[in-house]
Amino acid sequence: MIARWVAASLFFALLVVAWQLVVEAHIWSPVLLPSPLSVLEYLRSAVEDGTLREATVVTVRRLLIGYGLGILVGLPLGLLTASSRWCQDTIGILALGLQTLPSVCWVPLALLWFGQTESAMLFVVVMGTLWSLIIATDNGVRTIPPIYARAARSMGSTGLHTWTHVILPAALPFLLSGMKQGWAFAWRSLMAAEIFVTILTGFGLGHLLHYGRELNAMDQVIGVMLVVVIIGLAVDAMLFAPIERFLHRRWGTERP
Amino acid sequence: METDKVASTHSAAPKLILEQVSKWFKTSSLRVHALDDVTLRIAEGEFVCLVGPSGCGKSTLLNIIAGLDRPDQGLVQADGQTITGPGPHRLVMFQEAALFPWLTVLGNVLFGLKLRNGLTAAEQRETTEYYLELVGLKRFMHSNVHELSGGMKQRVALARALAPNPSMLLMDEPFGALDALTREQLYGDIQRIWSQHRKTIIFVTHNVREAVCLGDRVILFSPNPGRIREEFAIPLPRLRDINSVDLARYAAEITRVLKGYVPHEVAE
Repeated sequence: MIARWVAASLFFALLVVAWQLVVEAHIWSPVLLPSPLSVLEYLRSAVEDGTLREATVVTVRRLLIGYGLGILVGLPLGLLTASSRWCQDTIGILALGLQTLPSVCWVPLALLWFGQTESAMLFVVVMGTLWSLIIATDNGVRTIPPIYARAARSMGSTGLHTWTHVILPAALPFLLSGMKQGWAFAWRSLMAAEIFVTILTGFGLGHLLHYGRELNAMDQVIGVMLVVVIIGLAVDAMLFAPIERFLHRRWGTERP
Repeated sequence: METDKVASTHSAAPKLILEQVSKWFKTSSLRVHALDDVTLRIAEGEFVCLVGPSGCGKSTLLNIIAGLDRPDQGLVQADGQTITGPGPHRLVMFQEAALFPWLTVLGNVLFGLKLRNGLTAAEQRETTEYYLELVGLKRFMHSNVHELSGGMKQRVALARALAPNPSMLLMDEPFGALDALTREQLYGDIQRIWSQHRKTIIFVTHNVREAVCLGDRVILFSPNPGRIREEFAIPLPRLRDINSVDLARYAAEITRVLKGYVPHEVAE
């Protein structure tokens, strides 16, 4: 465990050193490639004056609300498409089609429909989450060995009880991968939307990135990129990793 | 309707009545006649084995008795009531353990109990522990399903089926996937549990020796369409050992009869 920590720290330390060496070689102008220290300096000042915290709160709130909505709608729809042929032929096909659409493509439409508002951002995030979650839920429910439902039925489980106590938990591995994919899509589409347009109701991380470019402040651009990466890692560690650990332990799918 | 032999052996009201049960399955290309005119009576507390080659409809019949499938024709009654769906008094044990991997051993056994009304959480827990003790797995109460061996999984499945205290246990080749040694242990266990708890057990298998080892009666099925061909009473004393010579004699006789009903490529 400690050895793994050491190896990881060493690797990232080496990356930073390599970065510094490239900066010192003066191949590119420091405007284009700032040093690690100047990025750190930007981050420190942005934390101090509160811009970074504010932008992070705005972005993460959009993401969580949109993602939550996407799951809230996508999960039941996925169950529907898996259990009714009629829903499969309608909603199922719609989801399959729209899932192939990169969620950034929703941005122009969202702006036309909702204007430069919070709703436009939420719409983009929901569209990014929804379809892949429907597909994953549908897929998960269909792959459940029928013997689980039969066993449950023979023990007297019916209707809603079967859905909540058998079908959903049995499909959990698929649901999780659908949720992860939905998360990735939502995160990407929100960043794209925020870089594209200024939303009057809140100044997110994407905007910080955008203005960093406008001002030729590459330390800001790289600094914000780092924050975006860290948020991604943090969500993985807090939201998905615990569920994954549970799945591996229960299902016995852990690598030795 | 019923043969003299069956009538004289079981004079009390039967636990289970099957009368002229027929069932067809439709696949995309053909219509399979799974069961043809099956008539059978099973007494309370009897251990009956249904034997036959694959495709003889014995599992279909079990599913019909469980209420998981409906017959196309005929009458199926348990305790004088027509079976219309799964019931709390008839529980099934499947070939694969069909345990739920998202629950622990404890959770699996509790699953059926929680669907019973009128038991407090403490009573449910107590019952679960009792049955896990009975199958010798109380120590593994908090284990995950994947940590158990095949035999242990089937033991948990047995505890899960027994815990809601059904009067009838329907077993669909439950030991088919296990190695010989584990199976022998389970033959002992199931006979011991049966004689202590006096369930009516209907046990489906294609293994004649297994059927003779466990059953009071062995009902022989033949395929295409699935029919009852003959039945054999097995008056051997309990607990029976699958390796005993007496048992082998019965098994040999039944196997000989079975081969007469089966096309050669099916009978090996």
